[in-house]
Amino acid sequence: MTREQVRQAILNIISDIAPDEDLASIKDEEKLRDQFDLDSMDFLDIVMELRKRFNLEVPEKDYQELVSMASSVEYLFPRLKDNELVS
Amino acid sequence: MKYDVIILGAGLSGLAAGIRLALFDKKVLILEKHVEVGGLNSFYTRKQRTFDVGLHAMTNYTPKGVRTSPLGKLLKQLRFRHDEFRLCPQEMSEIRFPGKALRFTNEFEFLEQEIAEQFPSQIDGFRKLVARIREFDELNLDDSQRIPSREVLEACLTDPVLIDMLYCPLMYYGSASEGDMDFYQFVIMFKSIFMEGFAKPVGGMPYILKLLVDKYQGLGGELRMGAGVEAIEHKDGALQSVHLENGETLTADKVISSAGAIETLRLCRPAVIEESNLETGQMSFMESIFVLDRLPKEIGYDKSIVFYSTEPRFKYRVPSGLTDVTSGVLCCPNNFQYPEPSSEGVIRLTNQANFGLWDGMTRSDYRAAKKEYRERGVNALLTYFPDFSDHIIYIDSFTPKTIFKYTGHLNGAVYGSPTKIKSGRTPVKNLFICGTDQGFLGIIGATLSGISMANLHILQAEAKSETGRN
Repeated sequence: MTREQVRQAILNIISDIAPDEDLASIKDEEKLRDQFDLDSMDFLDIVMELRKRFNLEVPEKDYQELVSMASSVEYLFPRLKDNELVS
Repeated sequence: MKYDVIILGAGLSGLAAGIRLALFDKKVLILEKHVEVGGLNSFYTRKQRTFDVGLHAMTNYTPKGVRTSPLGKLLKQLRFRHDEFRLCPQEMSEIRFPGKALRFTNEFEFLEQEIAEQFPSQIDGFRKLVARIREFDELNLDDSQRIPSREVLEACLTDPVLIDMLYCPLMYYGSASEGDMDFYQFVIMFKSIFMEGFAKPVGGMPYILKLLVDKYQGLGGELRMGAGVEAIEHKDGALQSVHLENGETLTADKVISSAGAIETLRLCRPAVIEESNLETGQMSFMESIFVLDRLPKEIGYDKSIVFYSTEPRFKYRVPSGLTDVTSGVLCCPNNFQYPEPSSEGVIRLTNQANFGLWDGMTRSDYRAAKKEYRERGVNALLTYFPDFSDHIIYIDSFTPKTIFKYTGHLNGAVYGSPTKIKSGRTPVKNLFICGTDQGFLGIIGATLSGISMANLHILQAEAKSETGRN
């Protein structure tokens, strides 16, 4: 996956978790928690979706890397670059 | 055939737990002993009319875009859009006591204003109470602290009538205990009714339940109807298998039961000792549904829901007679903001009732008593409202006995046991409870109970152990 595809993969996950959100307006540098009121249950869902879709384990100590879109791409790109994008 | 999780009961909590688990590819089976889904919030059909049971209205209504409310969380966890629930907010509701009426809407400020006008000496105390409610973390699953609500209320308010008027809707819509409720439950109910609000889905419970069942099955979850559980086998306190009434044996790593805490422990084989420590719920209700030849508004019934007492002091306890008609809940399902007006007018009337007395009657006495207490209930309503008897075209009533028959909840106790098990844990390892006896109340609460138990005991537990391995 390219960086852009990793970003798209994260967007796909957030849009499944929070189907009422308009993600076109997402600000990559801003905290997801603040933009969409995502709580710890939602972050657990993101982590579980990453495992389900890409067989990727995010250890608890790394959850903080998923704080914003930009930091998520930064963290996930090296780990997902050999994966194919799935919707 | 081994399942990851078997869930007992296809009510809101069981279905919600099932959806959460199926979302993450767990092999899940829901067993429902009845022929319809829904449990305590189900529906039935008589003479081509479908009636909801349990659902006067959905509490906890918040509009689209509110993400942190229980409804907002539920929608995200089950991955529904707000529109999919097709919720229509209430118009206006009321609490009616002799000489006093407090109206309320889904805007909290409206109630505050009513209290300022009707109980001017109490408004500062009321604001103090509201501040305590706002700062209270009622969703904490830690079970150690117990505060009787009455202490908190009496520290803020001095007028016993206002205290009773506030209690009346909260008790009717969610208290398993007589007389008083734990403060955390008071907070849950207060927020769900006064600070959030009422709504009804277009299509009623059949619609909501179908939405949940379709999602669950679409994700690969299995659902078996008419599948009563005879026993939950354990060995030295660890779950072994589930035996069905038809003789079949099923195995699963974990079982989540929505049958009720005591009801679940009674299924355990060999018997578990803890059963005796749990209280059986006692509070149950009689409800009558009147189909009218016109809309309730045309005959002077313009509120969505009215909680009333014909006596100055409100009592919430198992009545000494069959049914206590001195207080009740009147619901006009038509008086919600539906996009299309409904074709038939309906009035529903709910009163407190005594399971033991209803259950002990012969068949013919039972039928006669249903008619008698329905009429007494309507007569008591005349204290505040016009007579609608001439406009009735169809009547049906159900009692605590009916509720027990269809849900299996002991005593027809719709809010379960007064002792809630917030952690959902049982003395048997890998056997958990969800639903009414786990402690989140109301329709949204029951659904969140299923979600939170599936998260806590299966999904989070697994996420932790997986990451621990890396």
